[in-house]
Amino acid sequence: MSAKHLNGIGASPGLAIGKAVHWRKEQPQTEIYTVEDTDQEISRLETVIRSAKEQIAHLREVTKERMGDKEAAIFDAHLSFLEDPAYIDEMKNRIRDQKKNAEAICREVTDEMSNMLASLPDEYMKARADDIRDVGHRIHLLLAGIAPFDPSLLSPGSIVVAEELTPSDTAQFPPGIAAMVTARGSKTAHAAIMARTLGIPAVLGLGEELDKIQDNDILIVNGDEEYIIVNPDPDTEQKAQGEMERQRELQEAALKKADTDAVTSDGKRIQVFANIGRPADVDSALQNGAEGVGLFRTEFLYLENSQWPTEEEQYESYRTVLEAFGDRPVVIRTLDIGGDKNLPYAKLPEEENPFLGHRAIRFCLANPEIFKTQLRALLRAGVHGNLWIMFPMVETVSEIRQAKNLLKEARKELEDEGTQTAENIKVGIMVEVPAAAIIADLLAKEVDFMSIGTNDLTQYTLAADRGNELVAPLYDAIHPAVLRLVRQTCEAAHQEGIIAGMCGELAGDPKMTEVLVGLGLDELSMSAGTIPNVKENIRLIETDKAKRLSDQALTRNSSEEIRSLVEKNR
Amino acid sequence: MYQENVIIQNESGLHARPAALLVKEAGNFSSEIQLVKNGKEANAKSLLGLMSLSIQKGDEITLKAEGEDAEKAVTTLRQLIESGFNE
Repeated sequence: MSAKHLNGIGASPGLAIGKAVHWRKEQPQTEIYTVEDTDQEISRLETVIRSAKEQIAHLREVTKERMGDKEAAIFDAHLSFLEDPAYIDEMKNRIRDQKKNAEAICREVTDEMSNMLASLPDEYMKARADDIRDVGHRIHLLLAGIAPFDPSLLSPGSIVVAEELTPSDTAQFPPGIAAMVTARGSKTAHAAIMARTLGIPAVLGLGEELDKIQDNDILIVNGDEEYIIVNPDPDTEQKAQGEMERQRELQEAALKKADTDAVTSDGKRIQVFANIGRPADVDSALQNGAEGVGLFRTEFLYLENSQWPTEEEQYESYRTVLEAFGDRPVVIRTLDIGGDKNLPYAKLPEEENPFLGHRAIRFCLANPEIFKTQLRALLRAGVHGNLWIMFPMVETVSEIRQAKNLLKEARKELEDEGTQTAENIKVGIMVEVPAAAIIADLLAKEVDFMSIGTNDLTQYTLAADRGNELVAPLYDAIHPAVLRLVRQTCEAAHQEGIIAGMCGELAGDPKMTEVLVGLGLDELSMSAGTIPNVKENIRLIETDKAKRLSDQALTRNSSEEIRSLVEKNR
Repeated sequence: MYQENVIIQNESGLHARPAALLVKEAGNFSSEIQLVKNGKEANAKSLLGLMSLSIQKGDEITLKAEGEDAEKAVTTLRQLIESGFNE
């Protein structure tokens, strides 16, 4: 048994060693035969549909408990198919008319529906094509009396090996899975997202090579370097064990020091903040040593409501977070709706190009009453902590002035009502449109801080939608164009003596910490889990050297060249 | 049976969001409601059914209903379509 080295797509970072377990999906053969008693055949189908509903409802509950409402919502779509007359009644009618068995009819109708959905111009409905296949497969297995894969074959430390993984599969994972390996899938596949959420490595898209893996083979899965090794020789396995141990120790050491400030070896303090999406995220941010909140997204208040949230509701949420952080800064971003974030009750018009459309500050300035409700809640909550207000999607000086005027009006209203408002708040902008980075020198004169949102800045600078698989490879925050805009923004901020921060995903990429410090960022904000590592990286940095490294990076031809420069420097 | 014709007003036709709104509204009535486009029928209470008709802006469709609240159902759905689903 010699070791095999297989390359795939590294969809989730990390290193794991474990035993392979194939997540087998039986493909029941579809025999077609004539049935005499169609009523009995229909009632056989109905019984199976009831069981399918029970199974899916169970998966929904399990997923909701483990991953949250958003991840569980996919099963609502599954349930809605099982209640849709065009699917269910159609199957019953065809059994009656064609006198064929339920398996044959289920296959036939599911294929038709799935093809119909896949052909629609609407991305959302297109994605439902896989869901209805998943549902059809479930019905088919139940009809055939085939037991689905038994998840109890997996034990903690197992590595799941599968053709592909659907939400119904991953929902059944027991805790402690070490890694995922699939034949099909990309960085945006469901399995990829799930692996990143669970924080385990994943290598996808191995194709037919997957057949070379047997149950109980020892696998090394390296998500960073995008390969797996099947049945490594003892030496390789030992090395990998050593590397895992080293990573674990680094992680633990970093966590121990998480509460200490991050200061470079030559004494420059870099503030490391957390991005949060709701008050419940505060605990994990504090445990990981967040020195503040660099981005509090307020959309949850709007997305989880069936009407505009009241000033009081908003005040309570903001106050909770501000109090938890005491005198440490909390950057609260005002409403960023539109783009891919729709609100049913806002009655936003359909737009050809929502990301280039009526979103964020544009929407807020056009709807001053909605905006002022949020500003009033912020001004009141600011009394309880260190509030920084951040306006998203700004690209002109006049937008900042208008927003500040509304803030002033809101303050005046509250004062006239005799309500206490926060005195010392900072007002800033999110730099996420290339225009804002290009005129950062002009914008910097109007604000107290600037924070670079690299996700949108990358998408707009490179004109690539990262959700679109065809152009997703173009979407890369490490593109020299994006890094040059970052440098330019930092310089403009420092010229005016204000803070330059970053709150996009790039800020939390531990490999890039040195370059980012070299570009001049004073503050980095990221998801809580990566804070200890980034802080530890900062402590090893020498600012002069970091500056030289970033100067070099800006002259490289491509993201790949910048990555290899950074890699060599480590 | 009660029926009326209506022309689809909104830019993007009966795609996901408007179709879902229509299905939801149709579910409030006890009558059997059908949408007909070019002789092809679909159950107005079924999202998959509506999607399969692939209804575009400018298409003329027939709303048909059979049952106690047939007339009210057809009128309500026609008005929803004519409003362009508030797009």
